[in-house]
Amino acid sequence: MSEVAGRRHQISLPQWATLPVVVGGFIVMAWIIIGLTVPLWAPYDPTMLAGRRFVPPGAEHWLGTDALGRDVFTRTLYGVRHSLPIAAAVIASAVVIGCTLGAIAGFVGGIVDEAIMRLVDVTLSFPAILLAMAVTAALGPGLANAAIAMIIVWWPIYARLMRAQVLAVREREHVEAAIASGATPSRVLFKHILPLCWSPIIVNATMDFGQVILLAASLSFIGLGAVPPTPEWGQMISDGALHFYRWWIAAGPGIAILTIVLGFNFLGDGLRDYLDPRSP
Amino acid sequence: MREPLLEVRDLKVAFRSHGRAEFQAVCGINLDVERGQMHAVVGESGSGKSVTMLAIMGLLSPSARVSGSVRLEGEELIGKPERAMRRIRGARIGYIFQDPMSALNPLLTIGDQIAEAIRLHDRKITRRSAQERAVELLRLVAIPMAEQRALQYPHEFSGGMRQRVVIAMSMANEPSLLIADEPTTALDVTIQAQIMELLERLRAEKGVGIVLVTHDLGVVAGAASAVTIMYAGRVVEQGSVDEVFAWPRHPYTRGLLGSLPHPGRPKPRLDAIPGAPPPITMRPSGCAFHPRCAFAVERCLTEIPPLRSVGPSLSACHRAEELPPLTSAMEAANADR
Amino acid sequence: MLSYIARRLIAMPFLLLGVITVAFLLTHFTTADPLTSIIGERQMNNPAVVAAARERWGLDRSLPEQYVVYLKNLLSGDFGTSFRTRQPVAQDLLVRLPATLELVIAAMIIGTLFGIALGVIAARFQNRAPDNLARLVALFGSSIPVFWLGLVVLFIFSVQLGWLPGPGRIDSRMPAPPFVTGFYTIDTLLDGNWAAFRSVLAQMILPACVLGWTVTGIVSRMVRASMLDVLSQEYILAARAKGAGELRILLHHALRNAMLPTLTILGFSFAYLITGAILTETIFAWPGIGSYAVAAARGLDHPAIIGVTIVGGMAFLISNLVTDITYALVDPRVKIGARAAQ
Repeated sequence: MSEVAGRRHQISLPQWATLPVVVGGFIVMAWIIIGLTVPLWAPYDPTMLAGRRFVPPGAEHWLGTDALGRDVFTRTLYGVRHSLPIAAAVIASAVVIGCTLGAIAGFVGGIVDEAIMRLVDVTLSFPAILLAMAVTAALGPGLANAAIAMIIVWWPIYARLMRAQVLAVREREHVEAAIASGATPSRVLFKHILPLCWSPIIVNATMDFGQVILLAASLSFIGLGAVPPTPEWGQMISDGALHFYRWWIAAGPGIAILTIVLGFNFLGDGLRDYLDPRSP
Repeated sequence: MREPLLEVRDLKVAFRSHGRAEFQAVCGINLDVERGQMHAVVGESGSGKSVTMLAIMGLLSPSARVSGSVRLEGEELIGKPERAMRRIRGARIGYIFQDPMSALNPLLTIGDQIAEAIRLHDRKITRRSAQERAVELLRLVAIPMAEQRALQYPHEFSGGMRQRVVIAMSMANEPSLLIADEPTTALDVTIQAQIMELLERLRAEKGVGIVLVTHDLGVVAGAASAVTIMYAGRVVEQGSVDEVFAWPRHPYTRGLLGSLPHPGRPKPRLDAIPGAPPPITMRPSGCAFHPRCAFAVERCLTEIPPLRSVGPSLSACHRAEELPPLTSAMEAANADR
Repeated sequence: MLSYIARRLIAMPFLLLGVITVAFLLTHFTTADPLTSIIGERQMNNPAVVAAARERWGLDRSLPEQYVVYLKNLLSGDFGTSFRTRQPVAQDLLVRLPATLELVIAAMIIGTLFGIALGVIAARFQNRAPDNLARLVALFGSSIPVFWLGLVVLFIFSVQLGWLPGPGRIDSRMPAPPFVTGFYTIDTLLDGNWAAFRSVLAQMILPACVLGWTVTGIVSRMVRASMLDVLSQEYILAARAKGAGELRILLHHALRNAMLPTLTILGFSFAYLITGAILTETIFAWPGIGSYAVAAARGLDHPAIIGVTIVGGMAFLISNLVTDITYALVDPRVKIGARAAQ
């Protein structure tokens, strides 16, 4: 009896593949595939103005058409081609900048540490969306500037995380042994410290992916991100708010944001349980 | 003859874990406590003694399966609905916890916590008279300046004082039975003696029956009149303290007595029994004690020894009759008094 | 512990200075002429105004000198003039502050109450269906774009079902209550106008729920974690042994203790609510600082944006400070720790 149960256990999934990770991963993969392939099979052109305006959802237009007669369903699918690359670029830049500065702060210490960390403190003193709005407004509206603003908002989080990690790992015996045996500082940092610092960074980056997508959509909704006629979700919801009684215009992009952010949150939540079981 | 205060018959507790097979934490124990008697239950951690006490109180988690019979003054407690159990807990059975540091709610005053115990069982009493009664109880357990102390919070009390508070709380409704789960383990040695004295006084003055759970036979010697020795979820020896200490009929009891601090020796030998008690999930076959037993024979590996009368006591050892009296331990225990 | 509070208090002015510096840099590194961000483009061809502004803001002097002038102006409450409303930014913000505070407070009450309830239920039924449901609610809470959620609930409850009024702070057919505090709930009551008070409450339900929803999830996770911690304590078992019932255990014994670590969440959720208020106010046509900020951003009204950013940063900093200090002061375990260390 227990033999059978034991054997059944052997074909079970690897340990990280919990339900949230699988569901989240599936949603994210689906959106990535849509983003890559949508031009090949989309029923309409996302910026084509030809159709009738304000057509309610039906067989011809699954999610209806907007004020200019564009197909909402097509535009919703195309939206991921803006959201995902921008989120990826923002996260990647924030991780690189933040981790570099955080590692330097933690490893070098002294006045360098002070300077970097006070900059971090000040940046984190602002509500993220306000700072992003101010920076974007200063640089001028547009997706690229919104992305720069989001990098400015996001890097300190990684700097703080990385510094804490480096400080913790530094104290371990193998690092002290390496220093004692005369390894150069850069070798100690790259060979002995950094490889042990990544798991919280990865978990946070995954969770932040969803938050960056949300913030980018918010900026576009306000009118600081994507400019028309870009099929960007926040921009589309802003359109929908203008034509409030045509509910379908905002329905597609709203559900799109909800699902993709939920996907990343599931993924991050599950990864955290696996990589960093101590946190709540 | 009057029925005993507490009568436990064939009590079994099994836990289910993660859908796997159940494991048996308590494998059918009997226990009698008379009014005004102190009965010690002795065993190492993992022997099932705390689980037994929580089972008597009906406080085990839903994943535990309890069977057998627990009678309090003739009234069956096993299978009683939660509502009815609530009227018994704190009213007819008081419970004293091992660690007084964590058994008191840090955000409520001492007086409130004792008054709560009263008000939970006496809906008609006013807030004021419950507080007065709480102060009285603090006096009963010899806490000086009881009136002021009642208004203080747990962190303003020392460990020994807190244990007195816990005892006062358990006595709030004059229960007929007190269960004291290692009441002195977390305290300093000098404080231990004071707490044991207090329990002894409550037993003598109030006539309350006390179950004293401990892993320390030294505590038992001075206070209890009956003793039950548990190992791996079973009773291995049971009898009056005098008899068991004079002539232990189980090798495990002998080992425990060997680990008592002896007057002639500078330090107690805590390693008197080689090895450690088995984890609850993998208990040995036959007599669970056999891997650590110097007397073990072939039969002990296969056959679980039943608890049976050996002399005036009960013992669960196949070779109980072969064990001689333990004079040195008796002397040691006497010297301890 | 005192030194911790002292350190936080000492750091405070420096952080505020940092916030102002960032704002200064933002005004001076815009792509447009910094002057534009003070007086606005429409005034740029008015030489008299330009000269006066240059003088007042010291724009003809070096950058460090400009910084000093900027600081002085800020300290005297001069945030510049919004070129959209043509009013001093500080005045604009003051007028709109009560509306935002009223909404944020209502949202905070709703969000934390639901969050606490959800967290307690989740902890009571750990790893069972209600717990998983609470986890889903929390994940949805941080995944739904709040501006979209606002549209959805408006459409359902106001347009389709007609249960609740549409956007705005008070029924559009009613006059605004006479100004006393700026809080419509209080002002209508002071005015003795029950119809207006009812209208104000009805108007507030949807935006406050939408905004509150953004913190419900986080609050519930915090409460769940600290409830689980508390429920495993021996004094909970001790309370059971006294004969206390389930509800009494949860609310009287456990929740009280679990609320202390949850205090930190209040400052944290305030930050979330500022973020959410910006977008929620826009959807619900709520005349507060959030909708002002969005209108400013849409109109590239730089002085207004910078003003809001500074005020938002300060509010954020102060709320975090207050939370941290109350937490340190209130938690008796901190005191126990201090006592044990002595």
